[in-house]
Amino acid sequence: MSVTLKALTRSIWVFHVAASPCNNCDIEILDCLTPKFDLERFGIQLVGSVRHADALLVTGAVNHKCVPRVKRLYEQMPKPGVVIAVGNCACSMEIFADSYNMAGPLDKVIPVDAYIMGCPPKPEAMIEAVVALVGKLRS
Amino acid sequence: MEALKAAAAVVAYPGFVFSAALGMFASWVDRKVTARVQWRVGPPLLQPLYDVVKLLGKETIVPAEGVRWVFLGAPVFALSTATLAATLVWQSQIAPAAQTFVGDVIVALYLLTGPAVALVIGAFASRNPLASVGGSREMKLVLAYELPLTLCILVAVIKAGSLRLGDILLWQAANGAVGASLSGVLACVVAVLCMQAKLGLVPFDVAEAETEIMGGALIEYSGPALAVYKLSRFVMLTALPLLVVATLLGGVRFDAGARGVLLGLGKVVLLWVGATLIRNTNPRVRIDQALLFFWGPMTIVAAAAVVLAMAGL
Repeated sequence: MSVTLKALTRSIWVFHVAASPCNNCDIEILDCLTPKFDLERFGIQLVGSVRHADALLVTGAVNHKCVPRVKRLYEQMPKPGVVIAVGNCACSMEIFADSYNMAGPLDKVIPVDAYIMGCPPKPEAMIEAVVALVGKLRS
Repeated sequence: MEALKAAAAVVAYPGFVFSAALGMFASWVDRKVTARVQWRVGPPLLQPLYDVVKLLGKETIVPAEGVRWVFLGAPVFALSTATLAATLVWQSQIAPAAQTFVGDVIVALYLLTGPAVALVIGAFASRNPLASVGGSREMKLVLAYELPLTLCILVAVIKAGSLRLGDILLWQAANGAVGASLSGVLACVVAVLCMQAKLGLVPFDVAEAETEIMGGALIEYSGPALAVYKLSRFVMLTALPLLVVATLLGGVRFDAGARGVLLGLGKVVLLWVGATLIRNTNPRVRIDQALLFFWGPMTIVAAAAVVLAMAGL
C-alpha cells in the first residue's frame, strides 16, 4: 500500500452533496463535527470546494433534476476518492421509491463505496461507516 | 562549494525543510489550541504532514478555461518566495555579522509579499468566478496591511539605525528589545494584527472565506498544486512571526547558546498561540471593514510609533 493512500486514510476531507435531502441527515453530519464526536481527531474535515474533497457524503433522494449535478460533482472530485451514501433516501429511496421523479438509489447514478442506513443515521453510525471504509482502503 | 552551501541553506536548513517542518508544527498548535478552546480533543501531531502527503497522491485538475502554466506556476512561486524569505531571516539570526547584507529587511518584506501575489495570480488564472472574488479581495488586503506592517519594521530600522537584520539583532542584544520601548509596543500591536491578515487567518480570511465563497482563491486547486500552496502557508507560518521576533522582540539569539535559541523560539510560539486565540474569538470582517481598519487606526498607530521612534522613545 502506497504512502499517499495511507496518508489519505488519516486525512479524509469531506464534501457534502445535498441531493434533495430533507435536511435531517445534513444536521446529523454536522453533529459529527461537534465537540462531542470531534471527527477532526481522525483528520476528518469538512471542506467548501469539491476540488479539495476525498469523500463525497451524498444525502437525499436523488431525483432526475439532481442526477447531472451529482454526476458532475463526482467527476470534479480529484481521484482517489470515495462516495458515501448517507441515509435511507440515498441508499434505497425510502418512501419516495414509487415517486414519478426518482432517478433510483444513488448507486444507480454513481459508484458508491459505503452505505449508512438510518432516517437519519446517528453520528455513531456514520463514524462506524468511516472506520469500515478506512479498513477497506487499507486492506 | 559556496554555491552548494547556499543551496543547502535554502533547501534544507534553515530554509525549506526546516521552516516547513516548524510551520507544520505551528499549524498543529493552531488546530490543537482551537480544539481545546472548543472543548475538543483535536488532531494528532502529524496531521499537517498527513494532509500534505495525501494531497501529493491526488489528481491535479486544471480548469478547462484556465491558463495552465500560470495556474500551476503560482503555487511554486508562492513556495519559493516564502522559502527565500524564511532562509534570509533565519540566516540573519544564526550569523548576524556574516550572513546579512545592507537592505535585507527590505528584501525580506518584499519576498513575504510573494505568496499573496501568487495567490491572486493563481486565482485569476483559474477563471472561476468565486476564485476571482477571492483574488480581488486578497489584492485589496495586501494593499491594506502592507503600509502599517512596513511602518512597524521601520520603527526597528530607526531604532537600530541600520537596514540590516543582523545589525538590528545586535543592536537589540546590546540595548534591549525594540518592543520594550513605547514606540516598540505600538509597533508590536500593529505588527501582530498585520501578521494575522498576512497569514490569512480569521478575522482577516476574507480571501478564503470558506462559508461564503467556498475557499475563494483556492477553490480550483487540487492535489499536488494545493499541497504546494499548503507548504507555502506552513513556511509563512514560520517566516512571518520570525521576522516580527527578529525586528521587534529581540530576535532568536544563536550566539547566546541554547537558552537564547529556546527563548527566541518561545517568542515565536507565543505569537502563534496569540494568532490562534485572536482567530478563535473574532468573527470574519468584511473586506471594506478590513481596509478601513488597516488604513485607519492601524496606520495612524504605526505612524505614531515611527514619530516616537524618531524622537528616541
